[in-house]
Amino acid sequence: MAAEEIKIHVKNLKKNFGKIEVLKDISVDVKQGEVVVVIGPSGSGKSTFLRCLNRLEESSGGTIVVDGVDITQKKVDINKVRENVGMVFQHFNLFNNLDVMGNMTLAPLQLKKATPQEAKKKAVEMLERVGLAEKADAYPSQLSGGQKQRVAIARALCMNPDIMLFDEPTSALDPEMVGEVLQVMKDLAASGMTMVIVTHEMGFAREVADRVIFMDGGYIVEEGTPQEVLLNPKESRTIDFLNKVL
Amino acid sequence: MIKIITVYGNMLLGAMGKTLLLALCGLFFACILGLFFGLLSVVKNRACNIIAQIFVDVIRGVPMIVLAFFVYFGIPYLLNNMLGLNTPVMTALQAGTICLALNCGAYMSEIIRAGIESVDKGQMEAARSLGLSYFVSMRKVVLPQAIRTMIPSIINQFIITLKDTSILSVIGFPELVNTAKNVQAATFKSFQTWTIVGIMYLIVITILSRCAKMVERRLNRGR
Repeated sequence: MAAEEIKIHVKNLKKNFGKIEVLKDISVDVKQGEVVVVIGPSGSGKSTFLRCLNRLEESSGGTIVVDGVDITQKKVDINKVRENVGMVFQHFNLFNNLDVMGNMTLAPLQLKKATPQEAKKKAVEMLERVGLAEKADAYPSQLSGGQKQRVAIARALCMNPDIMLFDEPTSALDPEMVGEVLQVMKDLAASGMTMVIVTHEMGFAREVADRVIFMDGGYIVEEGTPQEVLLNPKESRTIDFLNKVL
Repeated sequence: MIKIITVYGNMLLGAMGKTLLLALCGLFFACILGLFFGLLSVVKNRACNIIAQIFVDVIRGVPMIVLAFFVYFGIPYLLNNMLGLNTPVMTALQAGTICLALNCGAYMSEIIRAGIESVDKGQMEAARSLGLSYFVSMRKVVLPQAIRTMIPSIINQFIITLKDTSILSVIGFPELVNTAKNVQAATFKSFQTWTIVGIMYLIVITILSRCAKMVERRLNRGR
């Protein structure tokens, strides 16, 4: 049961910005502990899809069930759902007015998830996990891009989420810093975290993904194991895209 | 000039005190109004945005002196003479405070709106994605960052408001300009009187600007 539990269920998801239809008809299920990588050309709707999963974007149609809660319902307490769904952004979005420790403990303390001692202990533990224990007192402006992103991941983990969403976590990094962030994500995947990752790192996708989804023009064009999608793509649009990026 | 200072010095200093009192009262309520309408103009709600926009447009579109006459003479006339209500008499201090608060509040709300919008919207998104509510995210993450960019403009607005108190001499509040007019009328020494008054404003505003610079530097230290 536990291994097959559906964590995210998306059915006929649609999203438009004004007259522009970004997501036309997306249906996908993500199981507990599964690592799903979403690839596709820019403008294909990957990021919008990801942002719909914690309602940073309001969907225009269809249903999204996260942890058994239909988040497309207006009356749902979305903050409660978000506590359980960590998100990592392309531009890190660390809180510039707080030091690393402040970044990590803000949400657990504000939401009364932990006492100050517990929150601090958890933060230190998570910082050790991403290899940045010595940076607890640094401000975001004093960190490199790779360090910022690792802190951002640790910050999300401080809420003990069941699901982690990654929106192009390495796209804004200098090449030599991509590896350290991907390593943290690999460790996280190995620990059994349910993850949905939008990325352009095909090597990472091949290595870590349980399933790869190729999106284009607001639709899921092809999905399957990394071997199927990345090595033996069937759809011509997938083949075109992979030829351009590999 | 020495004679004016010895004879009318205390009176002018008292008037300066009144000026500062009026400015402080006005600023206090202006901050509240500014924060309120500033937040109204950034929340994701069209009705709120429009209300804030109307407030700012109306107040900015009316000269302060007209506003002062309107509040001090116009409103009591409407209430007592036209509607037949028996409202208590508004003092010049109350009317002046209302004018300054409205006028400065409108500009403050624009400063606060611009400050909040200058903070990258990823900051709000990151806070919301952790499960924090809109207002907690605003208070703990966005506003502290916005305030740093707002401080110079806010201080500028404080200084303008302090100077704007002189306009309220028209409704008879015994602030510095109004008192100086009386001194001038009694002594016929225009040059000396207005030199003294000018220097008094200059001293107070210079002190205020220096303090402001210190606050600004302290806020930017941990950056």
